[in-house]
Amino acid sequence: MPKILDRARARVLDDGAGLDEAGILEVLQLPDEDLPELLQLAHEVRMKWCGPEVEVEGIVSLKTGGCPEDCHFCSQSGLFASPVRAVWLDIPSLVEAAKQTAATGATEFCIVAAVRGPDKRLMDQMRAGVQAIKEAVDIQVAASLGMLTQEQVDELAEMGVHRYNHNLETCRSYFPNVVTTHSWEERWSTLTMVRESGMEVCCGGILGMGETLEQRAEFAAQLAELDPHEVPLNFLSPRPGTPFGDRPVVEGRDALRAIAAFRLAMPRTILRYAGGREITLGDLGTRDGLLGGINAMIVGNYLTTLGRSATADLELLKDLKMPVKSLSATF
Amino acid sequence: MYCDRCGLAAAEGDHAACVTARQLEPPRYCADCRRRMKVQVVPTGWTATCVEHGERRG
Ligand code: SF4
Ligand SMILES: [Zn+2]
Ligand SMILES: [Zn+2]
Repeated sequence: MPKILDRARARVLDDGAGLDEAGILEVLQLPDEDLPELLQLAHEVRMKWCGPEVEVEGIVSLKTGGCPEDCHFCSQSGLFASPVRAVWLDIPSLVEAAKQTAATGATEFCIVAAVRGPDKRLMDQMRAGVQAIKEAVDIQVAASLGMLTQEQVDELAEMGVHRYNHNLETCRSYFPNVVTTHSWEERWSTLTMVRESGMEVCCGGILGMGETLEQRAEFAAQLAELDPHEVPLNFLSPRPGTPFGDRPVVEGRDALRAIAAFRLAMPRTILRYAGGREITLGDLGTRDGLLGGINAMIVGNYLTTLGRSATADLELLKDLKMPVKSLSATF
Repeated sequence: MYCDRCGLAAAEGDHAACVTARQLEPPRYCADCRRRMKVQVVPTGWTATCVEHGERRG
């Protein structure tokens, strides 16, 4: 067994402490022949420190497109020649989406808006939307509305939003290659306010944007330092018209190495499959990731792209004997 | 008629990559007039609306 896996077994599996940046890098550099052993260890770590349950979530876009920011992977930026047009979802459709999500057995419903940060119109729409969902559907509501002020953090917590997503997207050293209209530190400061409010912190990013393996390790270590409740892991799905529209997709094996490495960096976090897994991993790879550190998934469609059918994913979980986390288990 | 993914004439050029991509994407351009449509994706489907040619669903 490679030495790094021996070390990880003692430190992460036995003691529940995450690997440091150097260790994460060693894992990311393991040759293909060590991949099965790596995935097996990451799976054991997940089972020991998180358990067999899988947290299932649905997401929906409340306000799509027309964003003033320039995140180079994003089809919703108004600064690129992307075909995505600006559109708002009305409250009845939002509630319907929450109902459909709950019907899959999902316990999380995340409302997302393509904005730098919320304005009054969006906060009003959120308040009405969260209230309408809470009256009609038994599901926990999360939100992702960009950078927040302290007042907005307090307001969302008071509305009953239980978790807030704000991705760092990539490591600090690579961030200026991805976004120029705001800084990594600005994102970090929103995350700090969210943490202090008592809302759960959800923070992840996208792999395959041109970062080196060293930078991937740096990112995992920075996330571990933040210690979020949940880490959504996306693989770049190159969007037409965006600056990253012509980038190659992440190789399945590299994606699996990254999943295992992130699990070994953060043994207790909810590590969620988010966008891009369909093209990067396909059906077989999706299964391998669930047996290699992943313990949560977004089911159904994403914000501007489509996913596998929720039924296919739920059948896979059944097949793997991984129960869907229930609402009672989340309190 | 136009390709509903890239908006170019459907009869010209190769849209095989568009067809593949469309399995994981809603349409963006109206196939009748190539206007960009207003598209709303929800967890279990999508709607795409052209001001001239109305709504499509999937
Ligand atoms: S802030 Fe969000 S919606 Fe706006 S461009 Fe960046 S990723 Fe896209
Ligand atoms: Zn085309
Ligand atoms: Zn039309």
